[in-house]
Amino acid sequence: MLVFIINRLIQAAGAVVVMSMLVFIGLYLIGDPTAMLVSPEANDLERAAVRQAFGLDQPIWMQYLTFVGNAVRGDFGRSFLTGQPAMQLILERMPATIEMVVVAIGFAVLVGVPLGMLAGLRPKAASTKAVMTVSILGFSLPTFWIGLMLIMFFSVYLGLLPASGRGSTVNVAGVSLSVLTPDGWRHLILPALTLGLAKAALIIRVTRAATREVLPMDYIKFARAKGVRPRRVVGVHLLRNILIPIVTVTGLEFGQAVAFAVVTETVFAWPGMGKLLIDSIIILDRPVVVAYLVLMVFFLIMLNLVVDILYMAIDPTAREKVRDQ
Amino acid sequence: MRLFTGKLATSVAALMIGAMPLHAADLMIGIKSEPSSLDPQFHVLATNMQVAFTMFEPLVMMDAFASPQPALAESWENVSPTEWVFNLRKDVTFSDGSPFTAEDVLFSFDRVAKVPNSPSAYTLFTRQIESVEAIDDHTVKMTTFQPYPLLAADITSVVIMSHLAAAGDAPEGKTTTELNRGEGLIGTGPFKFVSWQKGADFVVERNPNYWGDAPEWDKVTMRPMTNAAARAAALLSGDIAVMEDPPTANLSDFENNPDLTIAKAPAGRVVYIALDQQDRESPGISGTDTNPLMDARVREALFISIDRHGIVDRVMGGLAEPAGDLVPAHFLGSSPDHATAPTVDVERAKALLAEAGYPGGFSIVLGSPNGRYVNDVRIAQTIASMWSRIGVTTEVEASAPPVFFQNRDEMKYSAYLGAWGNGSGENLTTLNALVNTYDREQGKGTANGGRYSNPEVDALLAEAASTMDDAARGAILSKADAVVLDDFGIIPVHYEVPVWALRNGLTMEGRADQYTLPQYIVSAE
Repeated sequence: MLVFIINRLIQAAGAVVVMSMLVFIGLYLIGDPTAMLVSPEANDLERAAVRQAFGLDQPIWMQYLTFVGNAVRGDFGRSFLTGQPAMQLILERMPATIEMVVVAIGFAVLVGVPLGMLAGLRPKAASTKAVMTVSILGFSLPTFWIGLMLIMFFSVYLGLLPASGRGSTVNVAGVSLSVLTPDGWRHLILPALTLGLAKAALIIRVTRAATREVLPMDYIKFARAKGVRPRRVVGVHLLRNILIPIVTVTGLEFGQAVAFAVVTETVFAWPGMGKLLIDSIIILDRPVVVAYLVLMVFFLIMLNLVVDILYMAIDPTAREKVRDQ
Repeated sequence: MRLFTGKLATSVAALMIGAMPLHAADLMIGIKSEPSSLDPQFHVLATNMQVAFTMFEPLVMMDAFASPQPALAESWENVSPTEWVFNLRKDVTFSDGSPFTAEDVLFSFDRVAKVPNSPSAYTLFTRQIESVEAIDDHTVKMTTFQPYPLLAADITSVVIMSHLAAAGDAPEGKTTTELNRGEGLIGTGPFKFVSWQKGADFVVERNPNYWGDAPEWDKVTMRPMTNAAARAAALLSGDIAVMEDPPTANLSDFENNPDLTIAKAPAGRVVYIALDQQDRESPGISGTDTNPLMDARVREALFISIDRHGIVDRVMGGLAEPAGDLVPAHFLGSSPDHATAPTVDVERAKALLAEAGYPGGFSIVLGSPNGRYVNDVRIAQTIASMWSRIGVTTEVEASAPPVFFQNRDEMKYSAYLGAWGNGSGENLTTLNALVNTYDREQGKGTANGGRYSNPEVDALLAEAASTMDDAARGAILSKADAVVLDDFGIIPVHYEVPVWALRNGLTMEGRADQYTLPQYIVSAE
């Protein structure tokens, strides 16, 4: 088990190194950040001074080595745009994103798993057809469109919910959260719904497929033949066995949503870190982009690790496989 | 089950109670990008300046037409070509109640050069200043290195901070980080700081100690909303009362919507085409060995083949004015002969090309940034089709802004679409940047990517730069401007008209510099 975790950490470090190199070279090839930062009225000498202050006058490999040297000490550099430490900028905005994604994924699981199981248990029912059709829409419609439609309906037409922003937050141990105030929830519902709809659609389909696969299995038939109550067959025998694909998909989708919630954040002016990433890419704020991606690679690999550990909790055969290694 | 529905109904009701409209004296503005810092001397950026101008004031403030007006200085005069004396207002206190004196002016101008890590320093506006001295508590003398007529315009961007509140251990006093947290953020402006969350709301409230007319709003919130469609939706739902930059495509819907109204500012930024005028094989031109753009007749053909009214109506949705000059007519030093945009003349353009020795035309690549200026690529594509109509086959090369600027600086374009905002209210800065002969050391022609060079223009600009009398300088600038335009050295296309959409019942005086300032927004009643 320990070996397994250590292996994963080494993989994470490797991925971070490769990724940071690619991002460095990529952003270097795109162009000169000072063209975006410095006022057009500045002259070339003033521009050169800024370039020098940011170390952009050095050759690219030198800039990379400086970055690596500082990064191993935990210093990811200062944002070109704001002059603040890049990692701090990202961490400040992280709670907003995580909060939105947790609510969105929570919604997706609570809606997706029951509906998916129902659809799997009664494949021919009219309700199943309706659910499946809606789920196709759910993941084929673009997020920004869903977001704008929700705004048009709930904010513009009904005037029920706010269209933008985060609302009032409560500070818990240095982290500001909206989930603790009614006003925060009002602001949170639409973005979380926007993000959650596509995820719910996916979970419905995965759950349904898994249910259909497990239903004909001998142990289900045996349990039924033995006279186990249907509720227990579904709730225990079936649910436990379909959990693996659901946990996998949910884990991956959670990671995806955290790392790239940018569309939803942009539409709802949600002050999360996805928006920070896009803004930073546009002005080539390299320290922020690199720090963000380093953090995300690390986060995604850790998330996979958690998913793997969950497997072992759910599925005894997975436990044995690891032991055999 | 009944219990459950009961609870649900209560929570829905609770949610709806929260949805009550904002208090009448609160104002919510949707801004298109967020400030990079609250330190008013950290980064020369329009969003930062607009946020600063809610809390702070400069000695001299630009009015809506970019003309310098008294603010914290009630008057000023040149005692010699290099010496400026500013008489400060005596009735001003900071929002914390401390009095405003010459000490604060000295502190603020001294701080400019000391702010570290700045991506674009405010020394841009103080680089001509040799010294700032206090003559007495309410008189300040500034000395420039050489006669410099634009000093008053330049210092409109330097706001005055309280030397007491902004004092600190660092060389610059309160650091950028501290100011971002709101520490030491004390100015003389109509509002005072309440809170700022990065990426989210910036909130100010009325400054009870304000010396001027009290603003209408108790509390103002500026919320960055980068997506124009999302801003529009928030405006329609009443989430925000004012939005910056409504999309040009929706403007007529907005104008017809009884809940909304539109505010426009005087025309400002000029969109132009720069032409490569170096004697070389121009990189984007094929079908000829020499650079055809060296010939003024070719440049004229390109100049008059553009249907500016068509672009304004169909591409810009009416939010622009056709340009024949580099600055709008109300600017000092505009050229009266070029105040109206030239009419399109395809036949004459073709004749000029033939006369210049290109009866069959040639091919050219037109560079354009993608997403830097309003509708930039669409304007470039429209111009490309207009040029192709006279036989100059034009292909548009649109790039992300950083790539575009790099290509421009490396002179990889034979022609490119650019834009130039002029914050000084006079043509000197525009001409100096766009058509003065490029000189890296002296900072001339910094945006002259076509490398236009005309000794006559250079001489006139040098003369204007040291002429302190406004009328005399205006006349010289008009002359220089006319020389460039008669030489077709650069092709103005249109002036952008900044626009805002507001909830009905609000009015706003739009500023040429595009700052959305809450003190300029009032209820119609």
